[in-house]
Amino acid sequence: MNTPLVSLTNAGKSYQQLDALKSVTMHLNQGEVMGLFGHNGAGKTTMMKLILGVISPSQGNVKVMGMAPDSKEAWHCRSKVGYLPENVSFYEQLTGLEVLTYFAKLKGFAKGHAQKHAMALLEQVGITHAMKRPVKTYSKGMRQRLGLAQAFIGEPKLLLLDEPTVGLDPIATGDFYQTVDQLKSTGSSVILCSHVLPGVEQHIDRAMILSTGQLLAMGTLAELRQQAALPVAIKPSGLNGSVSNDSQLSQFLTAKCPDTLWVPEQEKLNVLKQLLSLEGLSDLQVETANLEQVYQHFLSKHEPAGSVTKEKK
Amino acid sequence: MRQILTVANKEFHDGLRNRWLISITLIFALLSLGLTYFGAAASGAVGVASLSTTVASLASLAVFLIPLIALLLSYDSFVGEQESGTLLLLLTYPISKSQLLLGKFIGQGSIIALATLLGFGSSALLLYSQLGDIQVLTSFSVFIFSAILLGLSFTAIAYLISLSVSEKSKAAGFALITWFLFALAFDLALLALLVGVEQGISQAGLTQLMMLNPADIFRLVNLSGLDSSDVNGALAVAINASLSQGLLFTALLAWVALPLAIAIFIFRRKKL
Repeated sequence: MNTPLVSLTNAGKSYQQLDALKSVTMHLNQGEVMGLFGHNGAGKTTMMKLILGVISPSQGNVKVMGMAPDSKEAWHCRSKVGYLPENVSFYEQLTGLEVLTYFAKLKGFAKGHAQKHAMALLEQVGITHAMKRPVKTYSKGMRQRLGLAQAFIGEPKLLLLDEPTVGLDPIATGDFYQTVDQLKSTGSSVILCSHVLPGVEQHIDRAMILSTGQLLAMGTLAELRQQAALPVAIKPSGLNGSVSNDSQLSQFLTAKCPDTLWVPEQEKLNVLKQLLSLEGLSDLQVETANLEQVYQHFLSKHEPAGSVTKEKK
Repeated sequence: MRQILTVANKEFHDGLRNRWLISITLIFALLSLGLTYFGAAASGAVGVASLSTTVASLASLAVFLIPLIALLLSYDSFVGEQESGTLLLLLTYPISKSQLLLGKFIGQGSIIALATLLGFGSSALLLYSQLGDIQVLTSFSVFIFSAILLGLSFTAIAYLISLSVSEKSKAAGFALITWFLFALAFDLALLALLVGVEQGISQAGLTQLMMLNPADIFRLVNLSGLDSSDVNGALAVAINASLSQGLLFTALLAWVALPLAIAIFIFRRKKL
């Protein structure tokens, strides 16, 4: 528990011209779920590849379970790491069960055992009915589930999931998050890499925001909210204009939405008290900034409008 | 070792599933049976031709077919998996690059080897039952063994191509050019050299040049044992300066091991 499962110290990766990742320092503890957010080409995949040991850092160092992941000693740790790549199409002519059995064998399962494990995983992701069909007949969502099942092989201690919920229907997404919570409770650490998605907030402990290879912000959602200092939206109803008449309250109103007060976090309680004391108040809605707003905030701070440069990996 | 076998097993089953094994075996069997029976048709007779004619015609056909088949079977081994994303995924597994490459080589090599053995072996048995000459079996075992090595050599060359390009279609193009160079152009160039250059090159020099092409080594292995009356072209010259079979087999083996080693080297340095 005291040593972090994954730690990056000033780790960076540059290709000829492009710094895909610039000096990132982060730690991931056991049983922690980290959300990694950023646009395409922000360096998310590069960071995952560094942690996986598929590429070596051009600066700084990367440690996974206490070892450099691209070294020989880290070899046996690899069976304890699960990875779902962003774009993968499995062997089309094989059946789902065959694909999964093959990967399970490569992760060190003995022959008969591999198939049993594969079947259990297919059941877990809900494609048991299609396991005897070739992958080429699978829908996008089914392929994604197969990919997830692949990442779950061997109860990994560390899971890296690149866009795990793409193509999943809401129910499957729910099931997926449930699995993540379950893995977390058994002490696995997860790095979830995605564009910001609704519903991801309650499943992650911390978030990292990357843009063009730079770490913009990292912390728990509450910390990020505080850093961003985004106002809280308070929507009172039944007040019939007594807000706009109140000189103190009316300063929080904006022209765009005349019914909503945008209140800085530290003023929230005062404003609420004031509102509650008003006659006629029938309902009150309080909305703190969600992850998407926090994300937008950090991105817009980083890229002043107009000078947005798109970089490709 | 287990990892290598797992990969080999998968590749072998892919070969079975895609009907590669059965089609290659059928092609070889039909060709060799046909040549065995009708090889003498040119001289006006139908029936089992002489052993040396049969082996000579088989060798000159196999030298075109085997490299083509091996290249076709293996050109997309790596670039295909790279395009579908499974190569990156495999590299995050506890399997090294050389294990993956060797596994693929053993799996696909077995397909080629088994097809060669079954396809040509069938006509060897037929010829043996007709002629009853033990010479048939020895000639054919040399032929089959060298044919397998030729197939393996081009499988390794196909890996070189597959690892050096980034698109499947490019790999296919390069495979075609490679085949053309080794199977056709090389010999034409040798002939041109032999005929066109006044002083000419010595027999020994020619044979040494032929070591640069696995297809020619294969020809030398199989034709040097026969009457040179059935052989013509640049080969006939080279055969007179024939090297020992052992040396030729060593050269053919080197043509398997060397491309394989270079392929591993390229794979290790490949960026993903």
